[in-house]
This record gives sequence, structure tokens and C-alpha cells, in this order.
Amino acid sequence: MSPVTVYVPCDSAALAAGADEVAAALQAQCARRGLAVEVVRNSSRGLFWLEPLVEVGTPQGRVAYGPVTEDDVPSLLDAGALSGAAHPLRQGITEQIPYLALQERLTFRRMGLTQPLSLADYAAHDGWGGLKKAAAMEGAALIHEVTHSGLRGRGGAAFPAGIKWKTVAHAQAAQKYVVCNADEGDSGTFSDRMTLEGDPYMLLEGMAIAALAVGATQGYVYIRSEYPHAVATMTEAVVRATAAGYLGDDVCGSGKAFHVQVRKAAGAYVCGEETAMLESIEGKRGIVRAKPPLPALEGLFGQPTVINNVITFASVPVILARGAQFYRDFGMGRSHGTLPFQLAGNIRHGGLVEKAFGLTLRELLYGFGGGTRSGRPIKAVQVGGPLGAYVPESQWDVPLDYEAYAAMGAVVGHGGIVVHDDTADMAALARYAFEFCTLESCGKCTPCRIGSTRGVEVVDRIVGSAQNPPQREQQVQLLRDLCHTMVHGSLCAMGGMTPYPVLSALDHYPQDFGL
Amino acid sequence: MNQTPLPADQAALLQQLIGQHRHVAGGLLPLLHAVQDALGHVPPAAVPDIAQGMGVSRAEVHGVLGYYHFFRAEPPGRHVVQVCLAEACKACGADELMTRAQAILGCPSHGTRADGAVTLEPVYCLGLCASSPAIQVNDRVLARMTPTRLQRLATELGVCA
Repeated sequence: MSPVTVYVPCDSAALAAGADEVAAALQAQCARRGLAVEVVRNSSRGLFWLEPLVEVGTPQGRVAYGPVTEDDVPSLLDAGALSGAAHPLRQGITEQIPYLALQERLTFRRMGLTQPLSLADYAAHDGWGGLKKAAAMEGAALIHEVTHSGLRGRGGAAFPAGIKWKTVAHAQAAQKYVVCNADEGDSGTFSDRMTLEGDPYMLLEGMAIAALAVGATQGYVYIRSEYPHAVATMTEAVVRATAAGYLGDDVCGSGKAFHVQVRKAAGAYVCGEETAMLESIEGKRGIVRAKPPLPALEGLFGQPTVINNVITFASVPVILARGAQFYRDFGMGRSHGTLPFQLAGNIRHGGLVEKAFGLTLRELLYGFGGGTRSGRPIKAVQVGGPLGAYVPESQWDVPLDYEAYAAMGAVVGHGGIVVHDDTADMAALARYAFEFCTLESCGKCTPCRIGSTRGVEVVDRIVGSAQNPPQREQQVQLLRDLCHTMVHGSLCAMGGMTPYPVLSALDHYPQDFGL
Repeated sequence: MNQTPLPADQAALLQQLIGQHRHVAGGLLPLLHAVQDALGHVPPAAVPDIAQGMGVSRAEVHGVLGYYHFFRAEPPGRHVVQVCLAEACKACGADELMTRAQAILGCPSHGTRADGAVTLEPVYCLGLCASSPAIQVNDRVLARMTPTRLQRLATELGVCA
């Protein structure tokens, strides 16, 4: 009898929930019982409340069981899980789990299906299709496709990718670079990490397409040191993709070279800012550069450089493979395509939800997320990372669209969504936003370096002046002035956007500040 | 500046690592990572050789080391426990977990216990935000952590206060 295939994810979030122990227990128990199994370590589906999510290959498709602990393994085998039988942890056919079935997975379509480092798996699931097309195209035509798709930078700034690429393509230089910003330091985000760990060739394919488009021959993937599994997987993926001819001296038969190096960051949050990242790759302190010059013209080592984040590059292969119009038809307004939203924090069903732009926060929070994990009411939702605004319930029906969010003083950003229940103290969270800025400011500009420290003090004085309303009012005005200075006077988003969580907390939850 | 010189074996290793990185564009960070991977920290006594080998000033090397949270000038404890204190973990009790961790381990945040058994520090995001609160113990990440589980873990590692 041929062995039954059992899938146990190797994503960090699965490992953190005990996936290695489950895989070992499965192997041991099956050996003891004389059951033939092949345990495959796949990427994660991104349904993290069910991790470790064990899937069994059956004629009807993969059947999911989760969350599985090593102690559950005997009872699963007793129940006949290897043939997909009933068990309290059985979640049904994986593809039919509503959380997954209701998504529009373009970028994440392979996630959970393949073994991350298997070139055969990647090729068998539409891999390299975009790059093969790109290798036979002119750079200008390539850039036109990316521009027409409407793809905007997924790291947070939402700048049109095609325009950035065009600027680099038109720059005259002997050496150009493609740099992937994989310094995903924002709390509430893990789509980059999932890609780096779970579908590394997709990222490399996107970077290689960018390199062909602009004429770059050297690329870097700058990955945070807090992601050791991602660093290891990407490093090995570069070796294998190069050996297979998808990178290296002759990319996919194009006659053009593109080499990639993985660079490990060193724990500085501000290096997620693109110019600070360039300084860091150059081996220096990650201090923000003033712009202009734009990195597209004078970037890494002073040369024209395409910088995009992981999901931006990862979105490119499907655009090339399926056509710009296919991608463009998803979404709304000027927000084309899909975004891998990340449901995090105090949420019952936390995980990765890739959907076209235009759905609402309420649909994500309740339709997918199922409310809070604590069972208490949701109080505040921070969208777009630590520098994003807290969005109150009155705004949960606004469609997730870059322009609609900007119009209400919030940001969609990279689609990270952190949920807080009604025990959250919004003044404490506002104080934390400033405190984090003091810890992570690069120190180059004064509004950020000094303003963040003053911000902590002012929040403390507001909270501490409950018995002195005139002083409290004065301090609130001071806080608003300080935020105004930081927004308009900081060099980068670190100081420039720290006021977003602060002011949204103050405006929407004044009672938490004693107001 | 008086410093304990590097032991001969470490000095030789350092020269070997410098040799591997001196021609890498922007090779200083990769070199510092390699040194820390090998020695567990970047000893101040290694700075002059690193500077000379990489063709930069000692001040520049010192500046880079001091700038990045990841690099250590001192060896950490035998076990390193990191508790994530970023927003998604705060939303699920990370601050309370950190307070309890200090009591369980008998170690202040940002500190190494006097017996050198454990270092406890905050970390800002391990990318496990849907399974918070998250911690990292040495090379192992752990999600949905509770004080009770941390206590059990500390007992297993033999690092209870």
C-alpha cells in the first residue's frame, strides 16, 4: 500500500504552536502501528488559530485537523484520521473551510500547498510562468504591464510600482540594483514572513522580473534578524534558484544576469525605512537619508535602485503570468488587485486573509475573525502597523481602499490589523507609540528624536492632571502641537506617522485620557 | 583603552572571518553577524582588528555595534528569553507576561541573572501576531504563551528563580 501523505506546516507560527513535536509524534506513532505515512513539511495555510494544522491527503482532497498537539496524535490515528475520518479536531476538506474558501488568493495561492524549497512543487503550481514571459519581453513592455496592473507598493506607502521601475529603467548607470525590503518590523504583520518562509521562489521570481525590467544585475533581500527561519529559507532558495538557472549569469535564458544576496538586519526598526535600509546594507548605521535624491536615481552605493517590499515583488509574477488586466480587475478605485490582510492581536480567528481591496474592516473582524479571542467587545483596531491609526467602530464600514482610508486620516498600509478588546487603555497605547519611537528613532531629525520623548512626558501629564482641568487642556493642546510638528517636520514615517496612533487614540477615545 | 585581548583561538577565527568579508560590498554587518554567531557576542577587543580589516575607523565599527539592538558587547546568559511587547502581543497580555517572566526567572528585563543562567529582554515583534503573546527562548519560538506555560518551561530549562 502506498503511504498516506500527511502535511505538517513548517511555518514559524506552526513551529511556535508545536508543529515539530506533532510531526515527530506522527512518525513515531505510525511506525509503531505499522502505518505507512509520508510526512511533508508544507508552508502554512495561514489559519493560525488552527495551527498546527495537520492535513491528510485523501481521494476527496486534503482533510484538515487542527489545532493538533502531540498528545492528540494517538486519538487521531485511533479514529482513522489517515483516511480522513471523523474526529473532534476534523475541520473538513481544507479548501472548503469558509475562512479559506471565501478568500481571493492570487499572491498566496500556493501557501499551504507546497514545500517551500521544492523547485518541483513551485514549478508544478504555476511557478516561473511570469519570469519565463518576462525573459522574452522588452523592458519597456514589462514596465507597461506592471504599471497597467495598478500595483502599488504593498509595504505601506502605496507608490505605483511601475512608475518607480520606470524611473530606474531610464536612469543611466553602469550598475543598478534591486532591493527587497523584508524588514517586516511592524507588529500585526506576518505576510512577508509567510512568503519568505513559505514561498521564497515567488519573491525571487518577482525580483528577477524587476531586474530584467530595469537592467539591474545585483539584488539584495534585507531580512530582519528576528526572522531566523526566513533568513535560512531564503538563503537556501537563492542557492537552488541560481543552480537551476532562474537567477545567476543567464536568467531563464534571457542572456541577462541577476545575482541575489540575502542580508540579515540587526534589530533596528527604522531600517524598514528604505533609505535607512540602504545605509544598513552598505554596512553603516541605519540612519535615514534625506530625499531627494530618490533611491530610484541614487540608491544603494549611490546607484539607481528599485526598492519594493516583499509582497509588492511577490505580486508581480501573477501579473505577468495572467496579464495586467486580470490583476487590475480586482479591487476598487485606484486600489487595484488584492492585499493579504493580516488579522492579529486579540482576535478569535487570527490569520492571513487575501482579498481584493474594497471589503470592510467589519467583514474582516467578524466575518473572518469571529470577534475577539477574549470574547469581550472589540474596542479599537489599529490598521497598518504601529504607525497606523486606531480605527473606531464608527469607521468599520468604510471600504479598505488607500484613498478612503487616507480621507479619514488613517492608512491601509500593509494590511496589518491589530485588534484590542474593551480592556485596552488607549492612553497607555498612545504613550507606547511615543515610547517605541524614542527606542527606535535613528536620531537624525529633531522632531522624531526629541519629539517622541516629549510626547511620552506630555501623555503622562495629561493622564496625571485629572484634578486640574485647565492644565490638562493646556497639555492636550501641547500634544496636538507636538504631533503637528512631528507630522510636518520629520524626515521619514517613523516620526512623521507616530502621531497617527496617538491622535486617533486621543480623538476617538478621549475618556481614556481622562477627558 | 585597556581591554582583555582576545584569546589566540578567537583572534585566529576573527582573522579568518575578516578574510571572508573584507571584499564583500557592505560587508561590515555580515562580518559582525558572523563574529556574534561564532562567539555569542562581539567582544570590544575585536573592534580594532575589524576596523583595520574592513578599512574603516574604530569609531565607525563602534557606532554600528552600538546602533543595532541585535549586537551584544557582553556574552548573554546561557539561555536567552525574549518576550514580545509589541501591540499585537500587548493586546493579549504581553505586559503582564513580562512582569511575571521577571518573577519566574528572577531576572530583570534587559538584564542577565547574576549566575549567568538567563538573559531576559523585550523584543518588538516576532511575526507571530495572530498567535500572541509570543516569546523566543534561545532559537525556539513559542506562541500563545501563558505565565503557567512559561513557569513549566523555566522548570524544564532549570532556570527558575
